[in-house]
Amino acid sequence: MRNPLSETITRIQPSGIRKFFDIVSEMKDAISLGVGEPDFDTPWHIREEGIYSLEKGRTFYTSNAGLKELKIEICNYLNRRYDMEYCYENETLVTVGGSEAIDIALRAMIDLGDEVLIPQPSYVSYEPCTILAGGVPVIIDLKGENDFKLTRKELLDAITEKTKILIMPFPNNPTGAIMDYDDLKDLVDIIIEKDLYVISDEIYSELTYGQNHVSIASFPGMKERTIVINGFSKSYAMTGWRLGYAAGPSIIIEQMTKIHQYAIMCAPTTSQYAAVQALKEGDKDVEGMREAYDQRRRYLIHSIRNMGLECFEPLGAFYVFPSITSLGMTSDEFASKLLYEEKVAVVPGTAFGECGEGYLRISYAHSIENLKIALERIEKFVSRNKN
Amino acid sequence: MKEKILAAIDKNSKITPSDLAVMLGADEKEVVKTIKELEDERIICGYPTLINWDRVQTEIVTAMIEVKVTPQRGLGFDKIAERIYMYDEVEAVYLMSGGFDLTVFIEGKSMQEVARFVSEKLSPMEAILSTSTHFVLKRYKQHGLHMDYKKEDERMSIIP
Repeated sequence: MRNPLSETITRIQPSGIRKFFDIVSEMKDAISLGVGEPDFDTPWHIREEGIYSLEKGRTFYTSNAGLKELKIEICNYLNRRYDMEYCYENETLVTVGGSEAIDIALRAMIDLGDEVLIPQPSYVSYEPCTILAGGVPVIIDLKGENDFKLTRKELLDAITEKTKILIMPFPNNPTGAIMDYDDLKDLVDIIIEKDLYVISDEIYSELTYGQNHVSIASFPGMKERTIVINGFSKSYAMTGWRLGYAAGPSIIIEQMTKIHQYAIMCAPTTSQYAAVQALKEGDKDVEGMREAYDQRRRYLIHSIRNMGLECFEPLGAFYVFPSITSLGMTSDEFASKLLYEEKVAVVPGTAFGECGEGYLRISYAHSIENLKIALERIEKFVSRNKN
Repeated sequence: MKEKILAAIDKNSKITPSDLAVMLGADEKEVVKTIKELEDERIICGYPTLINWDRVQTEIVTAMIEVKVTPQRGLGFDKIAERIYMYDEVEAVYLMSGGFDLTVFIEGKSMQEVARFVSEKLSPMEAILSTSTHFVLKRYKQHGLHMDYKKEDERMSIIP
């Protein structure tokens, strides 16, 4: 029999966290701080709008690029929050989560052999999606000493003649790093000079602490070379609704819409109606959740530093990314031992790239009560394993 | 600072000042001082516990009574409200807009006890024109908290 599998797919490694998942789900009374989604329910008024749309029998496809009403609200939102101007007619596309947008943005822009710069540690899908699109992932290892920001030098060093796309994964999962106005300004002239395109994954844009998110697309000369990806999962606690969007120059969005049309047809209709409500009336909910995350963030950093672990202050998303090198263990060893001995699950930094070695991702999308119990267990573990 | 503390303890008064300080990024002494001030100013009026008595053997009957009164010259409704809220049986008193004047919540061991309070204490008061008593059958939500519903964490344990 012939090999049923493509060479490309066999080159892609399965996700490194599968093993942990299997152990945790078998384990009783384990507390998992490995969860990458909000602990809040979708605010009721948004859920109700979804229910209402079902009651009204809105169970048909929408147009490929998404409901007009939703696209208009998306443009209003991007303008209101990040000072960007997009036209709803040809510069936005509603997708099945931010994930689909990442995939089809890469597919729309990559030719065989094009290099895609992927700063790591970062979300797990950029590399496989690049490979599946025929591109060559070029990893940029971000450094703890730079607070896991992408620096001008790191970017310059990674660019070759084949470089076409830069992924900008900020606010960052797993490190919690953000890129502020000055950090981004440092990169913009290089991006324009080297004629790169940017895929800016801003799914955590509402979750920044102490300062507002800045989109790289808002810099002069950047809108025409940036696909902004965002969605409803993190900001409105709507992960299960699977709804995201892309905004960018019409020349790219039109081609992305083509792929979306053939592969997906359209994003879920119920979710789109709910999302209209989220954008119209959800600002207060977002504010409340952000404040709750911020309180937990401070609590978590404080506790982790008290254990003697080094931890830079993350200003975005809902993760902290402490270093455990002082304990003389690898990330994987730490995470496995912690799980078996204290029944607390965290994700080893290596799940997000090799340069995540020596770090852990701890999520604070949990109630303070649960965080407290988990932190007590982690502290016991750390003090037992200190030299 | 005051608003932040109040918002943080509104639904959970069990948070300790030291945890509160960490969560709000403030100094612990400052938090303790601010809470003391809030108590002195009667902005924080107490720290009661929200109990679902329906789940306890002890029977407690709650009634909401709509009360119409004649306001007194120079004193408005306050004097009569005070005469009502001084009774231990009275759980809460609100001055209302609309078709009646005061809402009075009464707690008692039985319907008879509540009825007796209304007929013997409340109705005979001079300023009271009429009362209309409604008994509470079930509490679903109070102080923004669900009484019966406990949410299980159904998320997958590890998600990238």
